Amino acid sequence: MRYLLRRLAFYIVTAWAALTINFALPRLIPGNAVQAALDKFQGQFSPGVEKALALQFGTNTKASLLTQYWHYWSQLFQGNLGVSTSEYPTHVSTIISKALPWTIALVGISSVISFTLGTLLGILIAWRRGGRLDALLPISTFLSAVPYFWLGLILVTVFGVSLHWLPFFQGYGQGVTLGLNWAFIGSAIAHGVLPAITIILSSIAGWMVGMRNMMVTTLSEDYVMVAQAKGLSDRRVMFTYAARNAILPNLAGFALQLGFVVAGSLLTEIIFSYPGIGVTLLNAVTSKDYPLMQGIFLVITLVVLVANFAADLLYVLLDPRTRQEA
Amino acid sequence: MSVDTPTQPSATGDNARPAGPRAASLRRRRTRPARRRRFSRKTYVGFGLLAFFILMAIFGPIAAPYDPSAAVGPSLVGPSSAHLLGTTQNSQDVLSQLLVGARTTLLVGFLAGLIATALSIVFGVTAGYLGGWGDESLSLVANLFLVIPALPLLIVLTSYLPGAGPLTTAVVISATGWAWGARVLRAQTLSIRNRDYIVAAKISGERTWRIVLFEILPNEAAVVASSFLFTVLFAILTQVALDFLGLVNVSGSWTWGTMLYWAQNDQALSVGAWWWFVPPGLAVALVGTGLALANFGLDELIDPRLRSAGLTRRSDAKLVRQGFTVVHRRPDAAATAHAPTGGGFTEVRLRANGNGRSEPVAATIGGAPEADAHLASQAADSAEVDTQAGAGNPTGVRADAVPQRQRDDAASEGRLG
Repeated sequence: MRYLLRRLAFYIVTAWAALTINFALPRLIPGNAVQAALDKFQGQFSPGVEKALALQFGTNTKASLLTQYWHYWSQLFQGNLGVSTSEYPTHVSTIISKALPWTIALVGISSVISFTLGTLLGILIAWRRGGRLDALLPISTFLSAVPYFWLGLILVTVFGVSLHWLPFFQGYGQGVTLGLNWAFIGSAIAHGVLPAITIILSSIAGWMVGMRNMMVTTLSEDYVMVAQAKGLSDRRVMFTYAARNAILPNLAGFALQLGFVVAGSLLTEIIFSYPGIGVTLLNAVTSKDYPLMQGIFLVITLVVLVANFAADLLYVLLDPRTRQEA
Repeated sequence: MSVDTPTQPSATGDNARPAGPRAASLRRRRTRPARRRRFSRKTYVGFGLLAFFILMAIFGPIAAPYDPSAAVGPSLVGPSSAHLLGTTQNSQDVLSQLLVGARTTLLVGFLAGLIATALSIVFGVTAGYLGGWGDESLSLVANLFLVIPALPLLIVLTSYLPGAGPLTTAVVISATGWAWGARVLRAQTLSIRNRDYIVAAKISGERTWRIVLFEILPNEAAVVASSFLFTVLFAILTQVALDFLGLVNVSGSWTWGTMLYWAQNDQALSVGAWWWFVPPGLAVALVGTGLALANFGLDELIDPRLRSAGLTRRSDAKLVRQGFTVVHRRPDAAATAHAPTGGGFTEVRLRANGNGRSEPVAATIGGAPEADAHLASQAADSAEVDTQAGAGNPTGVRADAVPQRQRDDAASEGRLG
């Protein structure tokens, strides 16, 4: 318990520092691109919004840095991420809350599938080393090296454009109303298949190879031999003894890998015009919508932190040593 | 661990070095003929691929038949003898673009990989070894770079810095890409730090820098190598992504990413110009494959247990996964590795947590006569099978008190073997 509290405190400190960097970024970069972007909208915003933007980015304001910093935090705690400049007067939080569920569903589901499948395959490959499953290794190596978006392009070409098997544009079909009805859910799943396959194919190799290598090391440990000498069943030795220990590094990597998967999914979304965070971020960048960019940053950062903490919880559950050291 | 000679550790408590059979087995292992093949075939494929693309990066711009930016032929034609990989919509030669683009793409990747790996070693190993507040503060720095998702950060950074060159790209990518390696190295160092041979090195008075450089780091070589591989891969993929999104100067310099950007922008997909967008992505994937396969080879060189080459016999594979080193004797060609049970001798490391200190104790199971098994009372009170998962059931395992020297042997064999 003490260990977990310590980790929690640690994540809070990390979150504070990350958000502070988020605050500092537009003020540190030379050239003042923000100023130039905001100048283009001169006169289009209401005076209140203009003042808020000035405080948010430290442009055109005489307020001290401390006042700006205070303003930044008080706005954050009110859940106010500012106003989008490209889709004025929509609030950034509104845009993000519309896009985020798509990304979380897509990335969440495909990551869990990829992790589970990859880890199981890794265990099996290590267990039957020298067997036929070894052929999966070079294939997975190739797949992990393929750029996400390029794989997406190929999948679109083959299964979308040529074969017409699956839809490949946007998150759900035209003429389907957004909401909890079967037509929408079915359409959303059909539209999610190709992007999900892209993410799973690109990320599965990491889990598989990592798990296989840890498994190989663990299988040569003495306690695994003892377990076999005691006459335990293969399954028990494989999962309870070897895999439980070998999975720890993979699990530690899960939350961290999530950051990479999020990045990869951003690109995947762009290929498929998926209505998630990735497309929103690209639009924000191309239209120099700095409030939206900062908001997206913040949200992705917080989600990755929460995922890290979740992985820590699992880690503690699996590894008694962490409970002892605390 | 070799089991080709069943041995029986003396449980009588005398300090004599375990004689005869064990020593002989060690000697035999040393004089065993060298492996015929050091690497598996996929390792050669990996190094071959890497060498091919590195040569391409060096000589590509010289060997390119045309100027990659110039209109040199008909628009959008497939592969022909004049244009081996066809032409783009602007009548540029795809092959020339591929050859010229290799240099910048690989340069950025390897440069970023080198910088990031150096950073991750410094941060990761130091954090893992120091522990305490040093660990906390270094991990905090690593976590900062970790929680700020690299690609969005890079996207925003490049939007702040229009027209960033390849060198800037490499530095920025390495600044965002080192934290993952550092975290993995830290975890590995943490798990190695308390191992018996490190404790032994500390007790024997080795200096900290020596322990870190010569005891810990060599055992992390595989992790460092794989971290380097993945960082280079990450760097190449990230750079290609940034170029593909059109966030860098796309019209001036040719990379595989800018090729994909133009292919996507000029609708290569919908006109079916596969020769335009397939080669650059395939090249990226093949470079990555080469890196990964070469990394497997490095892993196998460092850790023989990972080798699957030569494990053709099913029985061998089975033995290896049970943790045995299979030794085929020369005179009779048949596999003579002994069965693990039935009179065989198996060593188990037990951990006695008497005073909060772990102490390696060897134990025998299976072949030990009942009379020989006596438990040192202190160890017995707190002895647990060190399965590291707490899943082990201590019953059925008998612990013997064994002389110190022999314990060290057992410990080092179990760990390093």
